[in-house]
Amino acid sequence: MKGAEILIDALKREGVDTIFGYPGGAVIPIFDALYSTKGIRFLLTRHEQGATHAADGYARSTGKVGVCMVTSGPGATNTITGIATAKMDSSPIVVISGQVPTSNIGTDAFQETDMVGLTRPICKHNYLVKDVAGLPGVIKEAFYIARSGRPGPVSIDIPSDVVNSKVKEYVYPDNILLPGYKPVVKGNAGQIKKLAAAISQSKKPLLYIGGGIIASGATPELLDFLEKTQIPVVATLMGLGAVPFDHPNFLGMLGMHGLVAANKAVTECDLLIAIGARFDDRVTGPRDTFASNATIAHIDIDPAEIGKNVKTQIPVVGDAKNVLKSLLEKVKSRERSFWNERTDYWKAKYPLRFAESDEDAISPQYVLEEINKVIDPNAILVTDVGQNQMWAALHCHHRQPRKFLTSGGLGTMGFGLPAAMGAAIANPGIQVVCIVGDGGIQMNIQELATCSINRIPVKIVVLNNAYLGMVRQWQELFWKKRYSRVCLMQGPDCPEECQGPRDDCPKIYIPDLVKVAEANGMRGFRANTQAEVPNTLRKGLAEEGPVLMEFSIKREENVFPMVSAGKPLTDIIIGEK
Amino acid sequence: MLEKHTLIITVLNSSGVLARISGLLSQRGYNIESVIGAPTENPNIYKISLVVSGTEEHIEQITKQLNKLIDTIRVTDISHKDNYIVREYIILKLEVKEKNRSDFFNLARVFKANLIDVAMDHVILELAGSPRKIDRFIEMVHSYGIQEYIRSGEFAMAEYQTPKKGDNKNGD
Repeated sequence: MKGAEILIDALKREGVDTIFGYPGGAVIPIFDALYSTKGIRFLLTRHEQGATHAADGYARSTGKVGVCMVTSGPGATNTITGIATAKMDSSPIVVISGQVPTSNIGTDAFQETDMVGLTRPICKHNYLVKDVAGLPGVIKEAFYIARSGRPGPVSIDIPSDVVNSKVKEYVYPDNILLPGYKPVVKGNAGQIKKLAAAISQSKKPLLYIGGGIIASGATPELLDFLEKTQIPVVATLMGLGAVPFDHPNFLGMLGMHGLVAANKAVTECDLLIAIGARFDDRVTGPRDTFASNATIAHIDIDPAEIGKNVKTQIPVVGDAKNVLKSLLEKVKSRERSFWNERTDYWKAKYPLRFAESDEDAISPQYVLEEINKVIDPNAILVTDVGQNQMWAALHCHHRQPRKFLTSGGLGTMGFGLPAAMGAAIANPGIQVVCIVGDGGIQMNIQELATCSINRIPVKIVVLNNAYLGMVRQWQELFWKKRYSRVCLMQGPDCPEECQGPRDDCPKIYIPDLVKVAEANGMRGFRANTQAEVPNTLRKGLAEEGPVLMEFSIKREENVFPMVSAGKPLTDIIIGEK
Repeated sequence: MLEKHTLIITVLNSSGVLARISGLLSQRGYNIESVIGAPTENPNIYKISLVVSGTEEHIEQITKQLNKLIDTIRVTDISHKDNYIVREYIILKLEVKEKNRSDFFNLARVFKANLIDVAMDHVILELAGSPRKIDRFIEMVHSYGIQEYIRSGEFAMAEYQTPKKGDNKNGD
């Protein structure tokens, strides 16, 4: 049996039904083995970055390992952003790259690049397979490492001679021997007892939940816990969907663009219980000001996260689902108290708000609130990065885990479209809506063709302000409106030191995104006024296949609430009007 | 407070493991003072001795991150443990003037340094011992004129096992 056939067989045994990728010289033997393989769908993307994000979207929406396959050299380097994105958000993907023959490694051969060296700091683990005998074991380990413990990306680099060589006997291993890798799932009983006691003593406890709840599938346990303890809860960007948005105890997202109630609750609580969250700087602001009145408890499967950014008094290493189960048994019931009244009061007093449009241009928040009305309740929402992402996080209704996919940690523009594509492939029959800005859509716009040709029914909502909006917002608020290279319409006739839209701005946005959609074989719709929004959405979502809906939004609309960079969460700008 | 810590890292003898460790430290902004690694009695196991400076929090974070590497079996911070034999090795080249040589040889004998080569313009010797002894020796021979020296970096072995507090894989 040839190495390439072993690889395909091993992937099947790991339950792989879809591979996202792009062929090339070094992987022709593998693609030859795929040629007549049944039971694995290969999605040919138009760029390797698209393939990696698509595998990531597949993984985030299902919890299964997403697989990406590319060639050596440029194929491999094009996956780097996708791997780093998956690492930051703990998404389980396996990236298989071809490599030059072992005898050529180190000679600067054609399309040679040191993939193991390149991916070392951005993946959970990586392999260079040096002989075919080791291949089955590597595949087995890679999938296990990717999906277990704190999930993450694993890179496997395979030289072409390895997939070409033959073995007489091939056995896929049943067991894995990794003496250095034993994720702790069960929390320490003593620590859980201590945490339960701290909850009983606390007058103002608060749950701060992140993507770990979703990764471990802990939503049912979390809801039981909330029922029993009535503790208010705030979520990170990655934690959205872990509790339904309309849960009475849910105060919303916290952090730089967090809701006022959420940020006030963090600042005032006396016990902060972090679960599967990592005290990211976009969440905490200056660390010494974050939850400075609180005892910090931190439940995480990754011991290295505990105490990394803030001092923790009650650490619990373990899987969120498992620890919540044990904690639920130990914790005493708690009635709603003055603390709940207080957080409810903040919630009522500081709702999300935005200025209704008084001109032709559309309020982006309005588009999202209209989406809430027409979107399937089961739909998967995928965002790009920037203002579109924050508006979607704040204004969209997040009902279930694994239904809101966004690049949180790395903040990768260009993530949205290919990730939505991966999610749509992984979830046939489920509506997938991609919210993206005009900047981000152009970063992986080649995947429109992939969607179209493969009839992947992604509903793309482009919020077009002709700006790199989040950077522009920072320049407006903190850099004296010096709009440096953020306008996507700025041309040679424009003033170099532009400070915002003017009467003599170019009238035409390039490219015409509706025409781009059409050129790629899908329907495109455009709404220029607020009045056209509902109908455009209805028409677009009714399309059977992929569709692009472009909304010309107010050019200088900002995301609020906002805490300025470097300021504590109490220093919050609530927004206009 | 910055303090020097010696970490003993037990790892699988896999390709690139040293790069993983050194890459991890530089990626997270820590400087390695010395690192030494070699196979052990078990050919599948490598032991790496790493000396790094940092605050208690830094060292805790480094230890946890090192533990997180898939190939890492155990990380032990031996800095405040008295059950470890810590050794270092040094080769020195000195330009000892002829008139000072007998004094110098006496000194070398006291330290049990081993003479490797004596030439007209230099003396080469080697010495193994505790890092403190090595430091002291360098200090003592300084006035004779050091041309060059190379130190191995620290390595260590447990004399007896103590209860495992603080050196478990999971850090809790």
